[in-house]
Amino acid sequence: MTAGTTTGALKTERLLNLVMVLLYTRRPLTKAQIRRLVGQYDTSPSVEAFERMFERDKDELRALGVPLATTEIGLAFDEEPAYRIDRREYALPDIAFEPDELAVLGLASRTWAQASLAGPAALALRKLEASGVERDTESLVGIEPRLRTVEPAFDAVKDAVVATRPIAFDYRRPEQAEPTARVVEPWSLVSVRGRWYLNAFDRGRGEPRVFRLSRIVGSVRPAGHPGAYAVPEHDPRAMARTRSSAPVDHAPAVLRVRSGAGHALRRRARTVGEVDDTWSLLDLDYVDVEQLADEVCGYGADVVVEAPAELVDAVIARLTAVRDAHRSLR
Amino acid sequence: MTPAKGARRTAPESATARLTRLLTMVPWLLNRQGIDTERAAAELGVTVEQLESDLSLLFVCGYGQMPDELIEAEWEEGRVFLSNADTIARPLRLGVDEAATLIVGLRALREVSAISDTGLIDRTLAKLEAAAGAVAGPVSRIEASIDDSGIASVLGTLREAVASSRRVHLTYHVPGRDETTRRDVDPMRVIGMDGHWYLEGWCHLASDTRLFRLDRIVDLAVLDIDGTPPEGAAMRDLTEGTYRPAPDDVTVTLRLLPGARWVADYYPVESLTEVPEAEGGGSVVTLRTSDTQWLQRLLRRLGGRGIVVAPSDVAEEVRLGADAALAGYVGKC
Repeated sequence: MTAGTTTGALKTERLLNLVMVLLYTRRPLTKAQIRRLVGQYDTSPSVEAFERMFERDKDELRALGVPLATTEIGLAFDEEPAYRIDRREYALPDIAFEPDELAVLGLASRTWAQASLAGPAALALRKLEASGVERDTESLVGIEPRLRTVEPAFDAVKDAVVATRPIAFDYRRPEQAEPTARVVEPWSLVSVRGRWYLNAFDRGRGEPRVFRLSRIVGSVRPAGHPGAYAVPEHDPRAMARTRSSAPVDHAPAVLRVRSGAGHALRRRARTVGEVDDTWSLLDLDYVDVEQLADEVCGYGADVVVEAPAELVDAVIARLTAVRDAHRSLR
Repeated sequence: MTPAKGARRTAPESATARLTRLLTMVPWLLNRQGIDTERAAAELGVTVEQLESDLSLLFVCGYGQMPDELIEAEWEEGRVFLSNADTIARPLRLGVDEAATLIVGLRALREVSAISDTGLIDRTLAKLEAAAGAVAGPVSRIEASIDDSGIASVLGTLREAVASSRRVHLTYHVPGRDETTRRDVDPMRVIGMDGHWYLEGWCHLASDTRLFRLDRIVDLAVLDIDGTPPEGAAMRDLTEGTYRPAPDDVTVTLRLLPGARWVADYYPVESLTEVPEAEGGGSVVTLRTSDTQWLQRLLRRLGGRGIVVAPSDVAEEVRLGADAALAGYVGKC
């Protein structure tokens, strides 16, 4: 037999027996009764060793979500704790899913296939499929949405959001050299365009802030108890997006673009005029001069800024810096 | 880069993780008496050896220690039978993470218009929330968006092409080289990932499997030609994202000044070394690319905040490229 040969398997066996014993019993069981019914506890060398082991097992089962309840029962001269698991509280409500519903649940589950939550996603689907209804595998062929969680901070932040638990972490904004220490009350976690953002109340700054998870440096540490604050009403996605939505209130930029080049700019342009065989002239709305300067520089000699002067200067400054930075290497 | 999440599978399973898996497996098997061992293992996502080891373990567990109190399990004949497991015949309620994956996933799917059946998703979501009970509340504070705004019709057309195995003709914009190409593709699947949607298919121009970003498809025609990919055309493992290094890639070393840190967030760097504050801060990274045009564009965008340290011919190309671009402003600087 392969099982039972390692300490890990022995522990699984012990926990499973404990769960079954406590689900089976109608009356709460004392520790002494449990020790007699769960074979693996027999082998503990003393009552103290058994009790320590049982306390740990109890905590681990509760952490898994097993509703292990403690009640005090009166014995001849004393009160003693006793334990059982209520079957109704334990069991997933018996809700029947149709084959097409299971298909869409399957797609939702596979969405996490490449994320840190791949395991829970697969288990959840298996639980809902337990009743034996087969999923309709044909209807959603060919489409595979994927959510990824490459940010190392994801799991810790997700747990804090769910538990409403304050956390502390170091956060690095791109323009800053050194990370700054933050203590926040997590409100919500949002994925926008493939990146995870934390909406939170920043205690140090005394106001709500949005944090990009990939910019959290090092570990995420608890900074209070679960349920330490109430999450105010807010629209998670709108909040995560607030930073990139300044209104446009200036004239469009005028760009000279070589023919056959600058496709992305052409598609966004307000107007495109042909100057000659070599050049087109584009009118382009933009939000941020610096951002557009970055983009224009990417096109190199294929895009030349005509206006505004501010954009011309920004582009020249960048290109000069690039040239000088690489000249010094020769 | 963070290690691939798929790699976690190889870590030894903890006793509690195995317990969770067994408590989920038992109800599933109880409702599928006599299921073929190999099929059961495949659907449960484990090897046959693991499944047999699990069944051996179940076989010695029960609600007491008497033989008639133990779970009965049989699997020797290549089919799995399980009985006397009434106490754990129903799965344990959904945990927070379990409920979160499905609820967040369904809400995200609701916005993919190519899936279109929001009635189905809403009805499923309502049942799921009822099944999840109290944990559904906090989970509503996690949201993911994989919307297909702007490319919904392309996505819908491609999905149909995949389902009906039709070849497609693409006019495709390659921004790294700022050029438009035309090619025939046998579509394999449509993937939404990292904020973009991609078509994966056999590209007849490249004679290889390729990913095409849907927002870069300028024009799309479904051809009346069978689009079954050639035998041996393999889908990519996307565990590490959509980027795939090739053997002939050049390894480039870049010095990133503090303002260019985002590069390491966006692109798959192979190594990253922090530079102490006293030496200017930022980092030194290496990345592999076959496309030095793409790299040049990136470095011009960085405006001197990113510097090619090696190889020197790439650095020289960057300098010449910046010079050529500055020529357009002669008389202004």
